[in-house]
Amino acid sequence: METLWPRIEPLLEGVAKPARYIGGEQGALRPEHTAARVAWLLIYPDTYEIGLPNQGLQILYELLNERPDALAERTYAPWLDMEAAMREAGVPLFSVENHLPARAFDVLAFNLSAELVYTNVLNLIDLAGVAVRSAERTADDPLVVAGGHCAFNPEPLADFVDAFVLGDGEEVVGEVNDVVAAWREAGARSRPQLLERLATVEGVYVAALYEVAFDGPRQVARAAPVGGAPPEVVKRTIADLAEWPYPKHQLVPLTEVVHDRLNVEVFRGCTRGCRFCQAGMITRPVRERPAGQVRAMIRAGLERTGYDEVALTSLSTADFSSIEDTVRAVVGGECGDQQVSVSLPSLRVDAFTVATATQIARARRTGLTFAPEGGTWRMRRVINKLITEEDLYGAVDAAFSNGWRRVKLYFLIGLPTERDEDVLGIAELGRRCVEIGRHHHRGPTVVASVGGFVPKPQTPFQWFGQDTVDELRRKVHLLKDACRTTRGLTLRWHDPEATVVEGLASRGDRRLGAVIERVWRAGGTFQEWSERFDLSMWEEALAAEGLSLAELVYRDRDEAEVLPWDHLSAGLHRDFLWSDWRDALDSVAVEDCRWTPCYDCGACTDAGLEHVVASGVPPAGGSQGTGQDLGSGERIPVRFVTAAGAR
Amino acid sequence: MATRLRIRFSKVGKIRFTSHRDVARMWERALRRSGLPVARSQGFNPRPLLAFGLALPTGAESLAEYLDVSLVPADGSELPADLGVLAAELTAALPEGIDVLALATVPSDAGSLQQEVTSCSWDLEVRNVTASELARRVEQLLDAPSVSVQRERKGRQHDDDLRPSVRTLVLSSLNGVETPGETSVRLRADVATRPRGVRPRELVEALGTDLVLALARRTQQWIEHEGARREPLVADDRVLALIAPHAMERAS
Repeated sequence: METLWPRIEPLLEGVAKPARYIGGEQGALRPEHTAARVAWLLIYPDTYEIGLPNQGLQILYELLNERPDALAERTYAPWLDMEAAMREAGVPLFSVENHLPARAFDVLAFNLSAELVYTNVLNLIDLAGVAVRSAERTADDPLVVAGGHCAFNPEPLADFVDAFVLGDGEEVVGEVNDVVAAWREAGARSRPQLLERLATVEGVYVAALYEVAFDGPRQVARAAPVGGAPPEVVKRTIADLAEWPYPKHQLVPLTEVVHDRLNVEVFRGCTRGCRFCQAGMITRPVRERPAGQVRAMIRAGLERTGYDEVALTSLSTADFSSIEDTVRAVVGGECGDQQVSVSLPSLRVDAFTVATATQIARARRTGLTFAPEGGTWRMRRVINKLITEEDLYGAVDAAFSNGWRRVKLYFLIGLPTERDEDVLGIAELGRRCVEIGRHHHRGPTVVASVGGFVPKPQTPFQWFGQDTVDELRRKVHLLKDACRTTRGLTLRWHDPEATVVEGLASRGDRRLGAVIERVWRAGGTFQEWSERFDLSMWEEALAAEGLSLAELVYRDRDEAEVLPWDHLSAGLHRDFLWSDWRDALDSVAVEDCRWTPCYDCGACTDAGLEHVVASGVPPAGGSQGTGQDLGSGERIPVRFVTAAGAR
Repeated sequence: MATRLRIRFSKVGKIRFTSHRDVARMWERALRRSGLPVARSQGFNPRPLLAFGLALPTGAESLAEYLDVSLVPADGSELPADLGVLAAELTAALPEGIDVLALATVPSDAGSLQQEVTSCSWDLEVRNVTASELARRVEQLLDAPSVSVQRERKGRQHDDDLRPSVRTLVLSSLNGVETPGETSVRLRADVATRPRGVRPRELVEALGTDLVLALARRTQQWIEHEGARREPLVADDRVLALIAPHAMERAS
């Protein structure tokens, strides 16, 4: 098929940030389309600057292009001005490499990292010139697939996406390619036949092959397979990250994007057991990358890209067994001869971690971010984020005494069992941090950033009835009042309305598809952008479908209730999740299982896997229960009490 | 003692849609990869000391962009003996569409590009007009005592006169002959950069709001001295002139 570039080029004269649409990144490929290669269009359903750095997409991009029987190009959601120009000129969704129309590809593959992009997914399928509903597609249409964290409850998108892939994509992407290649070779005649074959691939969920029955507002039974589809789809897990040193050629964009730096994944999975955290639950077990490989990837990456910053990525990088050696190697010049800065996107909250951060940021010491998540020790036991008061204030004290002037703290409100004193505890904690800062600086700044909690599927909190918009608003107001009196303490909060829609999509069932379609048809794209978000559109669509936030979002579920994702497995036993949920309600904490006995969550045992962790002992100063006296978690050491009282 | 390297480079093809700041970042990365001892600013967040000449509007092409790279003062041994090798390495480290056309060391007492460049030449491809009609409008513009243009500066509207900045404006493609079926007409413009530069789009709009600027390409920047103008990369025996012929064509 011919490139659309001559038709795209004139459109770019009149749109903002035209560099979003030109491709040409260092590391980008211009694959040749031949009959022997299955053509994939990898799509990130948000803007270029948010989507480009996505490592999952880049890994699949490389793996597919390495195969002789596959090729991959990329695209992102065009911003409103470009979309309007494209629709007016009759230009369909196109790839950024060869600028080919989406229909020139055999597979349209979406990355689903966040629920609020769902309307964008529909919009992009439509912009591709493909019917938005799976049932209306024919054998001539591209296959529409999706993966990413949201695939662990894909029911809201079941009507629009042909097949979902659960878990790590490294191995399964090739297996899906094999199925499509074989189907094409056999004449590519029957779409149902293709879908049936895909459903036999481990980790692949073809929603159309499962029947879901409702009685009134509730789903009556677990989604049941028809034909040969398996009764349960279990996620894919790669056993050893060392076998997958990707991306090898990280894309270096021509224009500004978020996280514009070298990213090296140091481990995948997390067993700290934070009960609100879907990522930590669904990516188990922990699989560390060998330290030598991390260093080699940093060295090669810096040399190839010219970046002067590397991020060591994972869900909790301070827990990486070789974190100290790795940081020392990078700042000590072992990974290249130029000055390089390291960023740790996820800091643990303890003084030891601050010491590591200090080593990194010799020059740039502007702000340090911690995520205690809960305002009181009681709350943190409920959510199993076991940061003792001592650890917390010790970390903040270390940060300020090491020259940092701004400390940012992340919190959630609307957590299970939350009382007003827990909410107000956020303000109290922030106030103490400011006091501690005043011992070291004249004008320390503490920013408390507060998000509304969204219960996620495949977590212990999947049964919890989310706080209403009004309740979240009330709690924000409580906090605003409580923070007002402390100079140096700034409160930031997320829009409770957007939180509620995220909750709707997060735990929604198949009936939500019609709601999403209505919002999309009403023009509701880019819902994760606050200037575009509009709750009333969602409320109208829900009402039109006879559904309600009260039923789908705000309601507690009980153990017997069928959950829309019960036929999909992240490897976690349902009874493990349920007992962890009961433990949460009783404020019972559990330790990190990397270094302590197994709780039989199922992630390792059922899949025949083990944690891949270089160190047999917990990291020095590491919290999260291991070796800690949880009975004294709310004890505040005298030196900080004095600080607080000196006001 | 070489403390400054002046580089002339092109920006053609799809990459024309990147911004001036984007290009600055591309250079920072390419220079780090080259291993050149680039001097850095002082302070909390040291940046490499790079000085670009005129900013190029997003969407415009150029065969004449310039960059001064300050080097850590040394004896000159930090530079390769053959600057052609360096030019080739830099081009290889830069994205498609940006090629090093020439480079040379400049004396440390030489003025900056910002100070010295006073005018530049443009090649403009204009659509939606015949050559004869365009010629008439060009004449009209050149004959006018002043040409008003509205600009926003610091949130306020200003009424500027464009006319004094337009040094030359001629049709360049057709030798006065109209070719049937020809869809665009080309103009060559020389414009002063002071007190304010003239954007190609402004110039074309001044010729008529019905005109469509299909492509603007900067072909030269000029340093004027005592009535004569010259290329910012001085041709002496330390200059490496390696204008790559392929870079004159559009890369894509």
